[in-house]
Amino acid sequence: MAMTGMDIYKNLPKSNCKECGFPTCLAFAMQVAAKQKALTDCPQLSDEAKDAFADASAPPMKLVHIGPEGDAQVKIGQETVMFRHEDKFYNASALAGKVAASLSDEEASARLRQINEAAFSRIGQDISVSMAAVEVEGLSADAAAGRAKTLADASRVPLILMGSDPAVVAAAAGAIADKKPLIYQATADNAEAMIKVAADNKCPLAATADTLEELADLARSAADAGVGDVVLSFDGRDTAKTLRNITSARRAALKKNFRALGFPAMVDAACDDPFKETVLAATFTAKYAGIIIINGLDGSELIPLLTAAQNIYTDPQVPNTVEAKLYEVGDVTDSSPVLFTTNFALTYFSVEGEVERSKVPSYICVVDTEGLGVLNAYAGDKISPEKVVKTLGEQSVADKVKHRKLIIPGLLPPFRAEIEDTSEWKEVIIGPESATGIPRFLAENWN
Amino acid sequence: MEVTDIKEKWTNKIRTVTIGATADEGGTRANTVTVGGETTLPFLTFEGEIPNRPVIAGAIADVVPEGWPQILKDAIGDVINSPAEWAQKCVEEYKVDLISLKLIGGDPAGANRGPSECAETVKSVLEAVDVPLIFWGCDDEEKDNELLMECSHAAKGEKCLIGSATESNYRTLGAIGTADKHKVIAEAPVDINIGKQVNILLQDAGFSLNDVVMCQVTAALGYGFDYVYTIFERVRIAGLKGDDLMALPQIANVGWETWKVKEALQDDDVLPGWGKLADRGPMWETTAATGYLHAGADILTLAHPKSIAAMREAIDELMAN
Repeated sequence: MAMTGMDIYKNLPKSNCKECGFPTCLAFAMQVAAKQKALTDCPQLSDEAKDAFADASAPPMKLVHIGPEGDAQVKIGQETVMFRHEDKFYNASALAGKVAASLSDEEASARLRQINEAAFSRIGQDISVSMAAVEVEGLSADAAAGRAKTLADASRVPLILMGSDPAVVAAAAGAIADKKPLIYQATADNAEAMIKVAADNKCPLAATADTLEELADLARSAADAGVGDVVLSFDGRDTAKTLRNITSARRAALKKNFRALGFPAMVDAACDDPFKETVLAATFTAKYAGIIIINGLDGSELIPLLTAAQNIYTDPQVPNTVEAKLYEVGDVTDSSPVLFTTNFALTYFSVEGEVERSKVPSYICVVDTEGLGVLNAYAGDKISPEKVVKTLGEQSVADKVKHRKLIIPGLLPPFRAEIEDTSEWKEVIIGPESATGIPRFLAENWN
Repeated sequence: MEVTDIKEKWTNKIRTVTIGATADEGGTRANTVTVGGETTLPFLTFEGEIPNRPVIAGAIADVVPEGWPQILKDAIGDVINSPAEWAQKCVEEYKVDLISLKLIGGDPAGANRGPSECAETVKSVLEAVDVPLIFWGCDDEEKDNELLMECSHAAKGEKCLIGSATESNYRTLGAIGTADKHKVIAEAPVDINIGKQVNILLQDAGFSLNDVVMCQVTAALGYGFDYVYTIFERVRIAGLKGDDLMALPQIANVGWETWKVKEALQDDDVLPGWGKLADRGPMWETTAATGYLHAGADILTLAHPKSIAAMREAIDELMAN
């Protein structure tokens, strides 16, 4: 059963040694209660307390690491809720590009280069394909080892080794054990041998089964063999069943603390039709997969899916903001219009998008409103004519343009007089109330 | 190993709303479309019923939407110039369940068509197809009050779904819906509390919530999708837990919002490495629609034929298994 922060605190040394990284034992206890730290992260914990609480205090879903330590290591799991509004989703789904066994060595290397290059930047955040799913099914043990080695050496990202024959997967895993690939996957047919591959190479293991009961058995067998890092694997093409099972497994772990299923999940969504694949991958981005295997590596498919993960794993408690600075949209000149808006990301990107649509190169001065939109910022006193004038000064906007016209949000008409009276911006123009009105507004009001 | 029982015990049922009227019911539709009635979260049939499948509405407009990219216009073809033919193509080729007509031609800042001209468009679409109709105003509140009234009269008895009632115009929409026996969309600006408030206002004005579909200003993927996705989930969970004011079917206006954002407008000459717009655009629409479907949308409004096909196949698959 879940323990409260006070339950945990009672069993801590109460020395406030700070070695755990928190200022007090109580603060640490609260983190453990919130399932963000394990009790074993306390370096001074007595063995008695450890035994008593190890089980109850561990996060209900394990954090699984794939790949060697470093920036590219994939971390999945340690989720705490079924719905993002209850807290947030922590470790965003990793997209894995599949490298089919049927490819020639040259083709496989070319495919890996595509995966390496599948990295983009959107709204100031880096988003990328973060795993390569290398299939060794049907290859000889030697060929599998050779392919795994070649691709792992060239890869920007951690590998998944896909195969059903433990001997072949063992050869591939043995060749790249130091890269900590995910062994994919243990089934009812190969369980013992595949678990041994993961144990021998100290690698994480994916396991799949027809029912959750069998899956729990597999995960337990893995744990008994010393493989603690398990990923529950599902077939995305059986969408309805997988949706029910992946939901049930997560509920069992998070709501009932059912240890045998307390692991992150992954879904194989790879199929030939890019639209079908997109639907499957988007489904399981929203619904609980830590890893999603796909075939498509074209930007047209990757950018929507990576954006979906970016959105779903956004912390709903923290307003999305953009940096409060002067943005240039298009080829601006010293006669381009100047608009100001707030640093709430949604507001800013709406304004930016509409300015782009207008095809009128413009400056957008972003005022720090602590992530509030225009009306909320106004109501909450986070934006004022004084603050706007100050921000314009800090961003040296007057040095960029020769005119002194300022377009203000249509929801803030009272700002006009005060800005004109207290600054060099002598011609304040009240813009549209909604960003969607910007193209027409600029077309009619700016020549 | 036996797995612990994880079934949720939902106590409430989402209301059902039936759109369209057949000849027997005083209309001219070949069939009606019923949405809602769930006693569980989307597709989790192990703990409740999903008596009515989520449906797809083909998004059309009375004038060619300004700003839509050429790849979308090309995919739809010449029929985009005729709402009646566009509607027919949606029904016959894309196999949509109903039509969602937006009367943007009424916009005073745009084509500024009069209410009677808009009403003629509504009639022409009702004559051209025999599926139920959703129609929306032009987003200019003053104009819409007049425009929707006249369109409503023109479609009297057809039990259309009319969008949209907001905090400020709910009285007018409620009155129109009651007078001409239509259903009403209650819309809120990405705010779950206002969403509930609009429902309360409509109910207090004498309009039955059994004739209301909820809508949040639907965000495109990447532009507030996370907010709206979560509102859909919260509304559905509240409804299933017993809040009758939230136990309403929901509509996601995906098509209309998608085709305004950069990723669905600009090709790879502007966004190098981001793939061809002809693929990326409908993928953008499809990805958002998938999210909303799993968050609790009962009606998805979609514009691109590829998005419609992908979502129809997905819903078929989910409902069959």
